[in-house]
Amino acid sequence: MLTIRGLRKSFGGTEVLSGIDLDVAERELVFVLGPSGSGKSTLLRCLNRLEEPEAGEIRLAGDAVTGAGVDLNGLRRRIGMVFQAFNLYPHLSARRNVTLALRKVLRLSRAEADARAEAALARVGLADKAESYPGTLSGGQQQRVAIARALALEPQVMLFDEPTSALDPELVGDVLEVMREMKRAGMTMLVVSHEMGFAREAADRVIFMDRGRIVEEGAPEAVFGAPKEARTRAFLARVGGAR
Amino acid sequence: MTQWERFLETFFNAEVLARYAPSILHGVWVTIELSLLIVVVGIGVGTALACVRALRRPWLTAPIVVFADVFRALPPLVLILIAFFGLPNAGVFLSAFLVLFLVLTLVLAAFAEEIVWAGITSVPKGQWEAARSTGLTFGQTLGSVVLPQAIRLAIPPLTNRAIAITKMTALGTVIGVPDILNQATTAQSFSGNASPLMLAAVAYLLLFLPLVILSRWLETRFAWRRA
Repeated sequence: MLTIRGLRKSFGGTEVLSGIDLDVAERELVFVLGPSGSGKSTLLRCLNRLEEPEAGEIRLAGDAVTGAGVDLNGLRRRIGMVFQAFNLYPHLSARRNVTLALRKVLRLSRAEADARAEAALARVGLADKAESYPGTLSGGQQQRVAIARALALEPQVMLFDEPTSALDPELVGDVLEVMREMKRAGMTMLVVSHEMGFAREAADRVIFMDRGRIVEEGAPEAVFGAPKEARTRAFLARVGGAR
Repeated sequence: MTQWERFLETFFNAEVLARYAPSILHGVWVTIELSLLIVVVGIGVGTALACVRALRRPWLTAPIVVFADVFRALPPLVLILIAFFGLPNAGVFLSAFLVLFLVLTLVLAAFAEEIVWAGITSVPKGQWEAARSTGLTFGQTLGSVVLPQAIRLAIPPLTNRAIAITKMTALGTVIGVPDILNQATTAQSFSGNASPLMLAAVAYLLLFLPLVILSRWLETRFAWRRA
């Protein structure tokens, strides 16, 4: 579904991604972990070109994402993204947060967009919050609206950039539950997070990044249970991910 | 005649007031007409310039910044006198009304550009990213996500600035625009009595006091908490 080859990115002379190769299969959930500054978020943000990669190739279901002349906006709506800070539009209700791109990008009628928004909000358990404004919702609810906003566009892959890092601990569960449901429904997902428990139960594959490279990858049991690399072991010991 | 009677005779002479009220009322219409034109076009142009600046192209930003800084720095009266008395020497003849409209509109546009731009930059980067990640174009993101938030932040300072600049329509009196003040000073010199000026002051109060109160209300109304 997603093919990444030789992806490189620097910020002001510092190389953040030093040649990433990664394939994400359809319906696969790939969990990305690594120390802060390892390039995990930058990797995600390069995939829909919120950050412009310097070198390398990205393909989504065979279609080039990188390179000149691609229909970037058309591709972006096929790549859902969920942010650490939710980034809901504060001046719009939950429903309008979801319908905006449906109306402007997919050019759906108001009725169609509303129907899709209601379905998406119901899917994240917030059917009753359609008319609420982000400021009146809890962090967990805001993040679920943000997920609904991305889901409603029916993307082929979903990118999660630390989706629970800004949440109070008791609100994390609701968001993870929505992500589990998406996984069950067959969504292709790339998740940057520190929720090791979620990685163990839901991930098909875990990737450990350090200093802009993929250092280790494998099934969750392998990476958490018997990490091969010293850097992975050191990281897991620090964050308490080792069993 | 007591001092009190002399005071009333000078500032609130009923006969003079009655005689010149119609011409001052005409001035009120001129002032309202000018003010509305200035506010609509000035804020429109200023907002458009701020949007162009949001493209962050240096060759577009540079002239906008120069325009905004020059027109915010120069006293409007200087611009009015240059345009009205200077331009004819270059073969450009503009009516007094047009000069006043153009100068004040450009001054308001300069301030509005800076205020709206400040609003745009205060909208978090994540708003742009979220919108662009759903496939919205730059223009759609600006129009549907960023500008509505920026304008909300800009409304209180924009209202204050609009009031300050529409009040300056009184400067038109020096080039003969028949606005409130011009009608009043004319009446004052014909009658040799200050009552028309008091009538003008009352007219300005009736026009602008509601706006000042409105701006105060807007300031509290839009002191909203950011989500």
